Amino acid sequence: MPRRDDIHTILILGSGPIVIGQAAEFDYSGVQACKVLREEGYRVVLVNSNPATIMTDPEFADATYVEPLLPAPVAKIIERERPDALLPTLGGQTALNLAKALHDDGTLERHSVELIGANYDAITCAEDRELFADAMATAGLEMPESAIATSMDDAQEALPRLGLPCIVRPAFTLGGRGGGIARSEQEYEQIVKRGLEASPIGQVLLDQSVLGWGEFELEVMRDKADNVVIVCSIENIDPMGVHTGDSVTVAPQQTLTDALYQKLRDQAIAVIRAVGVETGGSNVQFAVNPSTEEILVIEMNPRVSRSSALASKATGFPIAKIAARLAVGYLLEEIDNDITGVTPASFEPTIDYVVVKWPRFAFEKFPTASPTLTTHMKSVGEVMAIGRTFSQAFAKALRSRELDKPPVPRACSDEELLAGLETPTADRYEAILELLRRDVGIDPIHARTSIDPWFLRELERLAKDPQAPFAGERSFKSVDTCAAEFPARTPYYYSGWERKATHEVTRGERQSVVILGAGPNRIGQGIEFDYCCVHAAMTVRESGRDAVMINCNPETVSTDYDTSDRLYFEPLTLEDVLGVIEVEKPEGVIVQFGGQTPLKLAAGLVEAGVPLLGTSVEAIDLAEDRGRFGELLERLGYQAPPYATACSVAEALEKAQDVGYPLLVRPSYVLGGRAMEIVYSSDGLADYLRREAPTGDDKAGHPQGLQSQVSGEPGTPHTAPETQARPTIFLDRFLENAVEVDVDALCDGHEVWIGGIMQHVEEAGVHSGDSACVLPPHSLGEEMLEQIRAATRDIALGVGVVGLLNVQYAVHDGRLYVIEANPRASRTVPFVSKAVGLPLAKLACRVMLGERIATLELPTGHEGLGFGDHVSVKEAVLPFDRFDGADSVLGPEMRSTGEVMGIARDFPTAFAKAQAAAGSPLPRSGTAFITVTDSDKPGAFAVAQILHDNGFQIIATRGTAEAISRMGVPVLPINKIGDGSPHVVDWIERGDVDLIVNTPTGFGARTDGWEIRRSAVAHGIPCLTTLSAGVSAARAIAQAIKLGEPDVLSLQELHSGAHASPDGAPVA
Amino acid sequence: MSTRDAYVLLEDGTRFDGESCAAATHAVGEVVFTTGMSGYQESVTDPSFAGQLITFTYPHIGNYGVSERSMESERVWARAAIMREACNNEDSADAERGWLDWLTDCEVPAISGVDTRALVRHIREAGAMRGGIFPGEITEAQAQALIAAEPSMAGLDLASVVSPTTASLHGDGDGPLISVIDTGIKLSIVRNLIDRGARVVLHPCSTSAQDVLAEDPDAIFVANGPGDPAALDYVADTVRELVGKKPVWGICLGHQLLCRALGLETYKLPFGHRGANHPVKDLQTGHVEITSQNHGFAVLGPGGARTLDTNEPVRWDTDFGTAQLTHVNLYDRTVEGFELLDVPGGAVQYHPEAGPGPHDSLHLFDRFLARIAEAA
Ligand SMILES: Nc1ncnc2c1ncn2[C@@H]1O[C@H](COP(=O)(O)OP(=O)(O)O)[C@@H](O)[C@H]1O
Ligand SMILES: Nc1ncnc2c1ncn2[C@@H]1O[C@H](COP(=O)(O)OP(=O)(O)O)[C@@H](O)[C@H]1O
Ligand SMILES: [Mg+2]
Ligand SMILES: [Mg+2]
Repeated sequence: MPRRDDIHTILILGSGPIVIGQAAEFDYSGVQACKVLREEGYRVVLVNSNPATIMTDPEFADATYVEPLLPAPVAKIIERERPDALLPTLGGQTALNLAKALHDDGTLERHSVELIGANYDAITCAEDRELFADAMATAGLEMPESAIATSMDDAQEALPRLGLPCIVRPAFTLGGRGGGIARSEQEYEQIVKRGLEASPIGQVLLDQSVLGWGEFELEVMRDKADNVVIVCSIENIDPMGVHTGDSVTVAPQQTLTDALYQKLRDQAIAVIRAVGVETGGSNVQFAVNPSTEEILVIEMNPRVSRSSALASKATGFPIAKIAARLAVGYLLEEIDNDITGVTPASFEPTIDYVVVKWPRFAFEKFPTASPTLTTHMKSVGEVMAIGRTFSQAFAKALRSRELDKPPVPRACSDEELLAGLETPTADRYEAILELLRRDVGIDPIHARTSIDPWFLRELERLAKDPQAPFAGERSFKSVDTCAAEFPARTPYYYSGWERKATHEVTRGERQSVVILGAGPNRIGQGIEFDYCCVHAAMTVRESGRDAVMINCNPETVSTDYDTSDRLYFEPLTLEDVLGVIEVEKPEGVIVQFGGQTPLKLAAGLVEAGVPLLGTSVEAIDLAEDRGRFGELLERLGYQAPPYATACSVAEALEKAQDVGYPLLVRPSYVLGGRAMEIVYSSDGLADYLRREAPTGDDKAGHPQGLQSQVSGEPGTPHTAPETQARPTIFLDRFLENAVEVDVDALCDGHEVWIGGIMQHVEEAGVHSGDSACVLPPHSLGEEMLEQIRAATRDIALGVGVVGLLNVQYAVHDGRLYVIEANPRASRTVPFVSKAVGLPLAKLACRVMLGERIATLELPTGHEGLGFGDHVSVKEAVLPFDRFDGADSVLGPEMRSTGEVMGIARDFPTAFAKAQAAAGSPLPRSGTAFITVTDSDKPGAFAVAQILHDNGFQIIATRGTAEAISRMGVPVLPINKIGDGSPHVVDWIERGDVDLIVNTPTGFGARTDGWEIRRSAVAHGIPCLTTLSAGVSAARAIAQAIKLGEPDVLSLQELHSGAHASPDGAPVA
Repeated sequence: MSTRDAYVLLEDGTRFDGESCAAATHAVGEVVFTTGMSGYQESVTDPSFAGQLITFTYPHIGNYGVSERSMESERVWARAAIMREACNNEDSADAERGWLDWLTDCEVPAISGVDTRALVRHIREAGAMRGGIFPGEITEAQAQALIAAEPSMAGLDLASVVSPTTASLHGDGDGPLISVIDTGIKLSIVRNLIDRGARVVLHPCSTSAQDVLAEDPDAIFVANGPGDPAALDYVADTVRELVGKKPVWGICLGHQLLCRALGLETYKLPFGHRGANHPVKDLQTGHVEITSQNHGFAVLGPGGARTLDTNEPVRWDTDFGTAQLTHVNLYDRTVEGFELLDVPGGAVQYHPEAGPGPHDSLHLFDRFLARIAEAA
């Protein structure tokens, strides 16, 4: 059947900010869909609030809206754009839920928009656990004994039948948020309560436990003629009980007999038919009891997912691309498999290698949160590795994780380690490998983890001889979907080790440029960097060279084989990268776009004689070495906050005196302000140093290398911080109540061009990655802006940057201080590019390839403030709701997982949009609770005043209440927790609070504030933890009340008038 | 399990090293590859692999051991297994014995640690050819001599080797009586027939039409099996005598033999179809099914075409009237099945019984029995 021509305009919903459970995989899927649908001649309208996505680059859609993924704004977009169809299956849970809402509130019907891909009934059937259970029963498929509860009473009633442990899963939440495993009656109550709160429809599914059964996923595709194929089977090495997103998984499945696997296959097909997904991909999860061969259906996702992205990268079968074609009427047999070019997509990929996926965790950022792995997802990213054998892939995956420190099992006796295995944690595999090395055998481990013996035997061999998988010669083989039965056209490679090297790389004659990716998403290094790498690839191709991508993150656009001329799916360690360089012989390597990851390799590459493009290693070091950078600033006549570096605890305590308190302390060479804290006294400092045992002092405690040994790479760069004899502690004078400013600039070594100047909403002290920022700055005078531009120019030239530079400043008492300079693409590059309508990363790449800024024909009169009359606000999105016990107060250590952008004609409206997009829409009425530190009390009244004038009831704790009423604003004083009930937390729990402004009352004594913020997070109430954010919020609310639902404007409209960008496209 | 140096040598001199990991002997024959990712035991016990050395493209083979119920015949027929990473674990729930121990018991040699992908790419380019696996102490010259001594697959009658010597009855259902010309039938096929109530008599492939007709079956089934159909004219002749008298159905080699009985031609594919992921379009339902495949020869389309450029149910004129295309392979567009329009009968080239492979086509057995009923 041909493509549908009864539809012309198709609306695609993105998945919004990167959050745990929804990451870059949806940018990857969305980009593929946009490309395909436009190739097919459809008009594509895209909505996504996440500026760091490739899909929101204007050239990927006909109309691109960076707006909150909420019914109201999207309804406005539908009114303006009049799409014929809405494709909701590419934006994860967010898009599905939003599509559902737009159907329920009648918007879709009113504008006669058809849901394609998955229709309304299929979505509800798959997402509503009760309907799903019925559908499975009708199809004769088994599920775990279960009950649906919408109240605690339902839950209590069901317990006797289900027994403990019991699995609690909220309906319609992402990655199982709010769910868990109840092992005792008390836990049962807690988790059910939490689950009911977390579920948007107040519903939880209570499942009888099948903990320890094998967990399998099948990726299924169906076309509208009811042809079904299984793209890939995925086996979770961690059995049932650890969320698939947190499990180490392997493709294809390893342990099932053909007979049993075919049963799974039959059932997966039965599921997609029963749910009624007419076209596209679905992910079906099963629990399998290997000894009884019982199979239970766990769930299905009627959309592309994290697993489908993984399956696409693992097999070369582009699920999202094909799903998009199916959605507009094609049949599988009518679509080409672009890897072979000669066979149709109506087949099942077969592979002749093994793929291992490893989650990347961030527990170190949430010390107070529980580190156990359970049924709700906690990992922030993942890596994938391909090898010819399981052990090759597993070891490559280990080293791909790029941990700051290889986790070393704390407990040391066999007994302790074994006991530790009973509850799954992020470092369980390190413990398992350690035990296997000690020869405890696989049985005691199997007994505690239920991990299939086959995997344990493989790990045992690996533990005993970490180098074994890498015997022989590195051999680059291609991913071809067909185990070499047909020649592959698509150059997508991985390294295996064979007796003799038999490279399959077809290099061609053209010069190539290697772009090093950013590796796993993690807090501090996210999708923004992948965005830049993709732009680099585009630019290199446009320059007539071959773009060669090296990366190991399966979620990303950079690891789509369409993005570059050759893709090497490899770990980003020096050894692995040099392996690629050996066969590629590139003209140069780009290390500037992948965040800290490639930067760490720069020196090693140069030593190995590899030419770098752009900023030299020498210059990188000049910017990153505190000492040398300090001297440079002095020479240039700019100020840095007083600072010192120390190599030992003693030295730190001593030098702290000269620098002066308050101090900002941190270990060296870390991204995202890892372990960065503000200390107010020498006691505070001593305490910090005790907790964050500086690496220098505890080297002994870290026998170098469990992890690096097993990954077959002694002393890989990811352990560099430990192995370098550099200062290990940095002490900076902490500038209180300073305004922080971020600048992204472009330099060709002779000339500097200011890309964008961003003023932070929160004051310095809140990590740049966690604070909201606005472009153009909303309260810096032109004189200060000039100083900032001048300083940026001098620093860029002084350092010798060729490419991008990011400088962070603090404006304190009207004085400009330089906080740091990063000689690379920064987290804010995508945001700035979209705000000013110029593709910073592409421009930088052209400079690195030899062009001069002068020849880039950059528009003038911009001065880092953007064009036109719009204001752009970036807001960070934080994962506190996933880590019970984590404090949501912002600090110098970055903890956000993603970001959103709000664009409007004025700052308050843009800020309001950003808040809404970030998941905490500001209220328009109700009760505002204010409690602030003494230093903030004078300012608190301003917030109260605005809110009061706009009809809010103001409540506050006694001290704050006095400060406010003294200024004549009516306020109701309420109890602190200490004063007894009804106290503030009771108010919040009762749902009587709609907005919270709570600045931490001094450091240390946080208990009350902590409780407040926790319940705010639990109940999803907007909670601002700095006064500046509080003021902005109040002004935003006032503006929203005055103007009503804000207008929506596409990026194309926004930038068309403004200017034409160098490469034609308004923005890129 | 002792590991010793061993190597694969092809008749064109290409060599791949590995370790021998089962019976310590050598083996020669046609070197083929299968792309299925599971079902190694089903494959080596499938009589269609007689005379062949199987290269498994999936690297890990043996993961879940071997068990009685995965047998496709009473013994191993493949001459050897060529693997990247063989495994002998016995601790899978399903395992009755370790894969390599079992091969050793069956005196079947195997080699592991081979760059099977490089080997497959070579066969893909150069075509399936003779070759062998040899323990290190055998010199390449000796090995070449052994290979040369091995007749090549074209023109080879292997059916007589795998066929039973006496007839036997299976099943006691009240369904039709089906006489099978057993050129090496897989147990999955027998099971699928019996499960649907049929009684099945397996005849030696040298049986005569008279003997078969004597038991007055409701239908004839020509089985799968090894080797070159062109070398089995004596079987084709038997079939020829049966067509028109009884409904005649076939699978794989049976498909080729029925065609030859009808006067159609077969030819050797460059490297065959062996795996579990080939898309085949059923022209009667319009559905695309993912099929299990295991054949090195194929049937020429109407007008002697090796590949069909349409999805239309094109027709042949045969000695028994018109035959109509029912199935086409969407990978290389070769003939995958046909039905006779003037007399009852038809066949498919692929393996609806799976074992190993997907179950998409099991319904063909229902269609097959329905046709028998109609004919009765
Ligand atoms: N009945 C059960 N017994 C044990 N573990 C379970 C059960 N049901 C689900 N799980 C675990 O919880 C995880 C999340 O459940 P799932 O239904 O997939 O929710 P999500 O929508 O978050 O993916 C699964 O990956 C599995 O490991
Ligand atoms: N001297 C200082 N005074 C006040 N705040 C500071 C100071 N130095 C750093 N900060 C805050 O800490 C955050 C992280 O510091 P930074 O040097 O940027 O580390 P990173 O390399 O993680 O970005 C900054 O964004 C800023 O908010
Ligand atoms: Mg799931
Ligand atoms: Mg910074």
